[in-house]
Amino acid sequence: MQPAALRSSIGPRFSTDFAFREKPPAGTLSTGIPEVDKLTGGIPRGAITEIYGSPSSGRTSLLVAVLAGASAREECCALVDTAGAFDPQAAARGGVDLARLVWIRCGGNAGHALKAADLLLAGGGFGVVAMDMGDTPPQEARRIPLASWFRFRRAVEHTPTALIVIGIEPCISCASLCLEMRREGVCWSGVPGCSQLLRGVRLRVEARKPVRPAGAAFEAGALAG
Amino acid sequence: MFACIYGKGSPVLACAREFSPQVEETAPDTAIIDIRGLGRLLGSPEAIAGAIRRRAAETGLEVSVGVASNPDAAFHAARGFAGITVVESGEQLGSLPVELLSPPPEILETLDRWGIRTFRDLAALPPNGVSERLGPEGVRLQKLARGAAIRPLRPACPEPVFEEFLELESPVALLEPLAFVLARLLNRLCEKLAAHGLAACELRLVLRLEDRTEHARGLGLPVPMRHPRAFLKLLQLDLEAHPPQAPVVAVTLAATPAHPRTHQEGLFTPLSPEPEKLEITLARIQALVGESNVGTPELLDTNRPGAFRMRKAFSLVRRLDSGEGRRLAFRAFRPPRPAAVRLVSGQPAYVSAPGARGKVIAAAGPWRTSGDWWTPQPWARDEWDVELSDGVLCRLCREGAGWFLEGVYD
Repeated sequence: MQPAALRSSIGPRFSTDFAFREKPPAGTLSTGIPEVDKLTGGIPRGAITEIYGSPSSGRTSLLVAVLAGASAREECCALVDTAGAFDPQAAARGGVDLARLVWIRCGGNAGHALKAADLLLAGGGFGVVAMDMGDTPPQEARRIPLASWFRFRRAVEHTPTALIVIGIEPCISCASLCLEMRREGVCWSGVPGCSQLLRGVRLRVEARKPVRPAGAAFEAGALAG
Repeated sequence: MFACIYGKGSPVLACAREFSPQVEETAPDTAIIDIRGLGRLLGSPEAIAGAIRRRAAETGLEVSVGVASNPDAAFHAARGFAGITVVESGEQLGSLPVELLSPPPEILETLDRWGIRTFRDLAALPPNGVSERLGPEGVRLQKLARGAAIRPLRPACPEPVFEEFLELESPVALLEPLAFVLARLLNRLCEKLAAHGLAACELRLVLRLEDRTEHARGLGLPVPMRHPRAFLKLLQLDLEAHPPQAPVVAVTLAATPAHPRTHQEGLFTPLSPEPEKLEITLARIQALVGESNVGTPELLDTNRPGAFRMRKAFSLVRRLDSGEGRRLAFRAFRPPRPAAVRLVSGQPAYVSAPGARGKVIAAAGPWRTSGDWWTPQPWARDEWDVELSDGVLCRLCREGAGWFLEGVYD
């Protein structure tokens, strides 16, 4: 019997089973930066988001903005810090409620970072789990088996947790959102050599996956007020 | 019905507990017990009182027992009469002296002036007159003298001890067989906690070792818990990180009781991990990366740059003040990387350090800070914000004669 004939004969009896089931939207998480939210639609929950760029490109600033937004909504966050580079003072100034953040320092060991992230995702209950591999050399990051990333994707699927990974170069093929960060310029004020002040940096975000034709630019301030 | 046991200076609480769990320790040598229901076992009130007196005599105590329908009448009967007294009406207490009521000195003096010597004399006075002249205390004393005062029994509950001990038949050297012992003790401990409607906020494990030393471990819990499996996992992880140095011969496990966590779930409650599950997850991660590397950062009240400490507990209290969004974040190098810096007119002109090397395009500084000069660890430093030709925006600092790359703005 042909599949079409089979479907027509038993289909009406099991109509719901043959219907195409669309994956329910998992929801998104605001970054707290309207320009980036407009570009990406927000950080997807139940998926992996990869943020990459060279040092001083604003990757950590974007991550801190996401953590600040999540902790302001009273969600619990976890940061797996491969190199131990997280600065709590700068994060607190950026709006992160440190009391709602679990910080795990892995002493530069990427293997420990992967295991710690695995345990956190298996435990569940976090709004954001961030993996900071911003100081991990790209060749070492590429050596992480793809199976690990697929396992992470499977672990966060159908959960409200957003897994955010920051690195130097893209290395997660199964990431749902991939953002490239770039620094457009540095804002200084005052007279060079005597009263110059670092006011902030102008940053640019390009969505590499899914590809968006235009990027978004925003400014991150270094001074209070 | 209530029975009062008076031991004339001897403690009677243990004897009283043999007859009823509802025991009020009125004085060190006096106990009142609720004997309702004992009639089915021992018979009439006289028989119950006789049984109590016999049991006390077996333990070497000479006691007097009073039985009455209210605790105070039983108390006065036991204190006032020797042997067994069953009070059926307040008249039976009439011959007792008023001093037995322990009235305040001024009332006792007044009663003495009035010629009131016994319970019967006081009971015979008109209540309204007593109220007008002696106040509420006088009315209370008159009710006691009439054997008509009604009050509930205030049973003394012994403080429960949540501690389990097990001496092993043979020394245990491996952690796996020890886990079976711990599981058994934890089950018993959690059952006891559940029976009292309590949970544990701290576990203390003391292992007596074959070499006659002790290995003690404490486990502070972020929220009160009562899950033997979670406790076992936490103890296992802790013992794996801190194993005993010799085979174990005896185990003592104690819990500090606390009221269980009450948590109201809500439709719009934000996502948070279950505390019990989170504790096990963090304990596993601690075993992996080290205890000091897992926790919640807490800023210290100092101007020293980068000062923080790791706190174990996870707070769920909402912070009222919030920082500013869109702030430039900083990635710290721990420890700061030594840097070679060339100066031109006192300003950094070229920087070479692991992770950053290049000509200085723009610099802001020096920002001079110092502190803790009143402590043994004073600090003083100059900081520069520097943009390098290789694209790195970093923070340089000079402490003493050394230059360091403290981190990068990212």
